Parts: sequence; structure tokens; C-alpha cells
Amino acid sequence: MHREDFLMFENNQNLIYFDNGATTFKPKRVVDKVVDYYTKYTANAHRGDYDISLKVDNEYEEAREVVRHFINAKSSKEIIFTKGTTESMNMIVFSFMKYYLHKGDEILITKAEHASNVLPWFELEKELGVSVKYIPLTSEYKVTLDNLKNVVTEKTKVISLAHVTNVIGDIRPIKEITEFAHDNNILVVIDGAQSVPHLKTDVEDLDIDFLAFSGHKMLGPTGVGVLYAKEKYLEKFRPFNYGGGMNSRFESTKEIEYKELPLRLEAGTENIAGVLGLKEAILYLESIGIENIHKHEQELREYLIKRLKEVSNITVYNENSEAGIVVFNIENIFAEDTSRFLNHYGICIRAGNHCTKMVKDEIKVKNTCRISLYLYNTKEEIDKLIEVLKENNKIYDIIL
Amino acid sequence: MDNSLKREIIVDNASNPYHKKKVEDDNFIKANTHNESCIDNIDLYVKIKDGVVIDAYFDGEACAITTSATSIMLRKIIGKSVDDARNIMKEYYKMINEEEYKENMLDELNLYSDISKQASRKKCAILPFQTLEKTFKIYEESK
Repeated sequence: MHREDFLMFENNQNLIYFDNGATTFKPKRVVDKVVDYYTKYTANAHRGDYDISLKVDNEYEEAREVVRHFINAKSSKEIIFTKGTTESMNMIVFSFMKYYLHKGDEILITKAEHASNVLPWFELEKELGVSVKYIPLTSEYKVTLDNLKNVVTEKTKVISLAHVTNVIGDIRPIKEITEFAHDNNILVVIDGAQSVPHLKTDVEDLDIDFLAFSGHKMLGPTGVGVLYAKEKYLEKFRPFNYGGGMNSRFESTKEIEYKELPLRLEAGTENIAGVLGLKEAILYLESIGIENIHKHEQELREYLIKRLKEVSNITVYNENSEAGIVVFNIENIFAEDTSRFLNHYGICIRAGNHCTKMVKDEIKVKNTCRISLYLYNTKEEIDKLIEVLKENNKIYDIIL
Repeated sequence: MDNSLKREIIVDNASNPYHKKKVEDDNFIKANTHNESCIDNIDLYVKIKDGVVIDAYFDGEACAITTSATSIMLRKIIGKSVDDARNIMKEYYKMINEEEYKENMLDELNLYSDISKQASRKKCAILPFQTLEKTFKIYEESK
């Protein structure tokens, strides 16, 4: 779909890019927006009274509104621009949870979470004496409400999960989980890095308390992301950074007044080009329809799984997942050697543990090859991949 | 040596590596190296007595280059003194960095003489020796 919008394909005629879980290509309108900002109206936001600064200011706040609409938040005050999912997750943990939680409280995650939904909690565990526990996964590495209920105790205060995991690619039943959690006075944090770009994410319908996602995994620039939290919680966030842009006034007498949300949590000059680019990326995704993208990915996924079965010495680890992520290995071949082999044919995939280092306990395999699909991938690309994989007996002739 | 023979020896060492097993014996010095930029991850177990490597094993998951180079390195250094092993290491690094080196000191390790053509694979090829040096340092510090 829409490959003509992506200059990467024009500039790399035979490239097949299957690593969209890592980052995505940018449509021309996103790149143009960033270039326009840097060549036609470079100025800071929220600062000047001159025309180009006001233009930047307006566009920056429009971007916030575009994000609000995209995830159906109640108010644009609930949208904070960050560097990405990692920074958003760290803000949730260290600007809010650190003051909300107490010694002995329990946080539930799974072993399939990305490092940015694991390490901040581990650090908080050391700092506060809270306890990080794991929701057991099913034989297909999924989270179910029953599995969750089995490990919830009266000490459970937070459930923190990826909506879609970046290795297994399962879509978690978030709505059921938030309903149950809220009945039990538990907050729900959602890592949306792999879901927001691919699935309609309605924070009101899903009743999510906190959401983190990145721009660059959804056709936007790198270095920009979003933190969403319900206003009642966001109000309680302590600023991560103090400085310009977040204060209303301060005196030598130490009298200080900070700004209202959202600016209070966006100290310093933000990644303006990134924010404007993200806005364009979202408008672009909306013009295609996120549901259409999801449908396209599911069709491709089904086709990919079917065709991978034609290659006898390949093991697929997540056949029954729902998102456009497929993980596999060639029998007796180290994942990285497979990815180097595919690279020889201009096919980009990811080999490794995908920043999800605990999932090896579940799937019993440390390193895998991951294909992650997006709107611009095609069946023809999958055909080419299969053609190459069928020749995998030649792998060492190619890579050594 | 022609390329297909080279390849055959590398693949043979990658598929059936020499002395690959986990060792749980306190007489062995253990060191780990994982490649920051990729996913190679090996543990090396080396037993040194009176300055001589008397036995060594490795374990872990790594690509064909790292696995085979470790296998070949172990064959080469078992029975050698730490000093001799370090001399081999020096020549090996020279080879990897495309400097003049003493070919006759490296035997099968010469297989990796072309690795410099693939810059990204250099790290895979030196990983076993980096790990070996760690065990030697531990040995020297314990003396």
C-alpha cells in the first residue's frame, strides 16, 4: 500500500524492509514537514511575538490536538511530548509511581515485556521496596484475564503491559484487563510502542490510565514520542525536568510558580521538528485508516505464515499471534547468520532478543529472527523472502 | 587455501565445535564476552597451571564466525603457556587488522585472514581472544 509515498523505496529500488518493529520509513509529507520547519519557519515555540514563532506555536499545539484525537483522549492537556516510549515509561514510573506506590505494593508485568517496561520497575523495586511480579503466559505466550486473576493479590497496585508485544506479537485483552483492574483499585500502564502504530487505540474506550508510544515506529521522526495519562493522574506527576518553558515565574526569594499541564511537564525546548513531523505522520495514517492498515498486516501475516511452512527447516514461534510480527529460526542456524544471509539479498530483518531478554524463559530460545510488517510491505516481498529462504542450504556460501 | 575448503573448515567448527560445554569446576577460570553490537555471547572456561593452559572449554550462543574461531582457538592454545598464547593472540590481531603478521604461528586461525573485508565481522572474529585475555588477567591477578 502507498509505497509511492516513501522516498526510501525510490532511493533503494530492491530493498525489502521487514524491521518495522524497530523503526519505520517516513512518508514524503513527514520529511517535507521537518524540512519546512528548518527552512521556512525555524523559531522556538511558546516564546516569541513574531509571526514565525506564533506559527510554530500554533502548529505545535495543533500537533497535540492531532495526537489527542488520534487516541481519543478527553483533553489535549493529557498529551505530553517526550523523546519516545522509553522516556514516557520512565516518567510514568519515576514522576508518578515513585510517589504513588509504597513499600510492599506489587506491580505485575510479564516476561515478554520490552526492557523499557521492565528496567524502570526493577529500579523502583530497589528504591522503594515494591515488588515486581510476573503474570504467567499461556502455552501460546499470551496474557489472559484468568492468568492475571491468579496472580493479583490485595497488594497489587499496578499492571503494566505492552498492548502488543514486540517478539510474540500477541494483542493483549486490554479492555477486559482495565475493567477488572479498576474494579480492584489497580492502575493500568500500557506500552503502546508496537500497538499505537498498527491498531486503533482509544484510551477512553480501553479505559487506559497511562499510555506510552513513539513517533518513529509510526512513520514519524525519531526522538519524539508521547506520554498520555488521565488528567487526574497527570496532575500529580512531578516534573522530570525543571527549567525554561515549564515555569510561570520565579523570584530570588525562591517563590516559584509552575505552569499548568501540559507545559509543566515539557521543560526546555522540545523536539519541535519531531512533534510537527509526528503530526503529519498521524494525519497520514488517519488518511489511510488505521483499521485498513491493521487488516493489510493481518492478510500479509497469514500469507507469510502459510508460505514459511513451505520451507521445511524453519520453526515459527508465534503462529497464532494477531499482530504483524512473525518470529522464526532456521534449524541449527544462529539467528544473526540468517539475518546476514537475508541481507545479502537486500532483505532487512531483525535477529536477536529484541530488547526482550526475559522472553527466552518462555519460548526457550534466546535469539530469533523477527519479521515485522507495515502498510508498505507486499506479498511480492514475501515471495522473494521465501524464494531466498528456500535456498538456505547455501547460507554459509553466502555469509562466509 | 581455496575458499570452499576454508568455508568447509569454518562450518565444520561452527556445527561441531571443539570443547563446547558448560563447565562447573572451580579450577577453571570463567570469563564472558558478549558482542555489544550483535548477539554473540560466549563463556570461556580456562584451567591454567604454572602458567600453562592445561584445559579449556566454551559455551554460549554465537554466530558461525565466533563459534568456529573459538573452537579453533581452543585447539590451538591448549597445552601452550600463557605467554605463547598471548604471542599467538598478537599475531592474530595483526592479521585481523591487516598488518604484517607471522602466518606460520596461526595455522588454522589463518582462515580468518579475509575477515577485515567485512568490517562488521571483525568483532565476531576477535571475540574468543578478547575473552581469553580476560581469563589470563584473572589468572594473573589471582597469583
